[in-house]
Amino acid sequence: MEYFVQQLINGLTLGAIYGLIAIGYTMVYGIIGMINFAHGEVFMIGAFISLICVMVLGMFGLTWVPLALLVTLIVTMALTAVYGWTLERIAYRPLRGSPRLAALITAIGMSIFLQNYVQLLQGARVKPLQPLISGGFEIMRREGFVVSLSYLQLFIWILTLVLMTIFTLIITRTALGRAQRACEQDMGMASLLGINVDRTISLTFVMGAALAAVAGLIFLINYGVIDFYIGFLAGIKAFTAAVLGGIGSLPGAMLGGLLIGLIEAFWSGYFTVEYKDVASFSILVLVLIFRPTGLLGKPDIEKV
Amino acid sequence: MLAISGVHTHYGNIEALSGVDVEIRSGEIVTLIGANGAGKSTLLMTICGNPRASRGRIIFEGQDITRLPTHQIVGLGIAQAPEGRRIFARMSVMENLQMGATTTKPEYFDHDLDRVFALFPILKERRGQRAGTLSGGEQQMLSIARALMSRPRLLLLDEPSLGLAPLVVKQIFRVVKEINERERVTVFLVEQNAFHALRLAHRAYVMVTGRISMSGTGRELLSNPEVRLAYLEGGG
Repeated sequence: MEYFVQQLINGLTLGAIYGLIAIGYTMVYGIIGMINFAHGEVFMIGAFISLICVMVLGMFGLTWVPLALLVTLIVTMALTAVYGWTLERIAYRPLRGSPRLAALITAIGMSIFLQNYVQLLQGARVKPLQPLISGGFEIMRREGFVVSLSYLQLFIWILTLVLMTIFTLIITRTALGRAQRACEQDMGMASLLGINVDRTISLTFVMGAALAAVAGLIFLINYGVIDFYIGFLAGIKAFTAAVLGGIGSLPGAMLGGLLIGLIEAFWSGYFTVEYKDVASFSILVLVLIFRPTGLLGKPDIEKV
Repeated sequence: MLAISGVHTHYGNIEALSGVDVEIRSGEIVTLIGANGAGKSTLLMTICGNPRASRGRIIFEGQDITRLPTHQIVGLGIAQAPEGRRIFARMSVMENLQMGATTTKPEYFDHDLDRVFALFPILKERRGQRAGTLSGGEQQMLSIARALMSRPRLLLLDEPSLGLAPLVVKQIFRVVKEINERERVTVFLVEQNAFHALRLAHRAYVMVTGRISMSGTGRELLSNPEVRLAYLEGGG
């Protein structure tokens, strides 16, 4: 029981990271029908920007953790969003209207490019960061086994929850969100109503990148080490999460992220850590075979 | 108000419009009739810049809009209820109307909403419902209402009567007449239902394979033997 609770806590934390990245996949897919395989790299860039930001703040003597984290969060979201915007503008917009395969291959190309770009600029060695938040609560204890919820994990949960709430409100309540949903359903009609479709697509990349940036920051402070390659595995897992939840569905991406995180944590806890990736990807295969629309995905049938 | 001169439009290598001249004056209802595939819908979409005219010029209120991006053309005061209605099925009726108001000032919204609800009371009842669950007639009403939310001076209607019950068709034509007479909205109406459309219109054009073959007042064309034979007899 104690062990179970501990894995649950760990899984939820992992799930928060996957969920935040998965939202970017699912939104971009929803609006332009393309899997942005470079999205994992955007997450990785977010982690690097966070690291640089924390170091720079430290150099300037800003070491009070809450303020440093807040500044880092804002800077990282903003700068990573610029990467997301640029990526769309340079690599994907010129290909609008061309076959899907062209965009897909470009995305893979951009993924490789961004990995090498970071490797060249930052080097291939892993970059460590001292823990910023330490300590925690002791929830349960029995026979020497302590179940703990660290302040760090609590911070991650709250941050994720707040961001996902804000994000859901933007999509469901604001004019921007409405424009995004309209473009998702019928881009031509949206433009007939005066929506600037290019701008709406750009903003979708910006929002996806900002959330991936937060996932990058969380990854950094949770694991303490990053390198230029972390985007690959995390990206593919988040993609799996998006497919599991139903690609194109926002609540699906959040749910899928959570489930993948939990599956991974429990698999590592009860079976073998080495095979945790196999577990996640088996889920992907099973979903694609038995329920291609995912858990919350909607088959596109409407009354005409 | 709108002057289309020598407009050609291509889909790839296929020429859908081959030199179309149409003039619409402020306050008119002008109708365009023609057989399936003549290029009527293409003309309406070309006015909105999607697809773009490959030759010729489209002037709206003195401004050349031929090369303007679609979303800016709408901002000038041209709204379209396109072929197939194209309502946002997964949004509520209310959200569809909000989408229609994209280019207008927010303070107009409540007033404009009351206005379209007065024209189509059923939409008020259904405002919280998903648009995809509406009946065909209601969807058509929503499509027109959504176009009206942008406060257009020129309203483009593409086959609003298609597939609807005669009673609903009557209601829709009545509303078109009402917005033209009471709110001075100029209407450019594309129809296969030639009889109704010609009776409603001040002037009309007949389109055959990408060209305008005839024009005149609605009444003239109604009594024209060629038009009667091709578009009214057995149909109407």
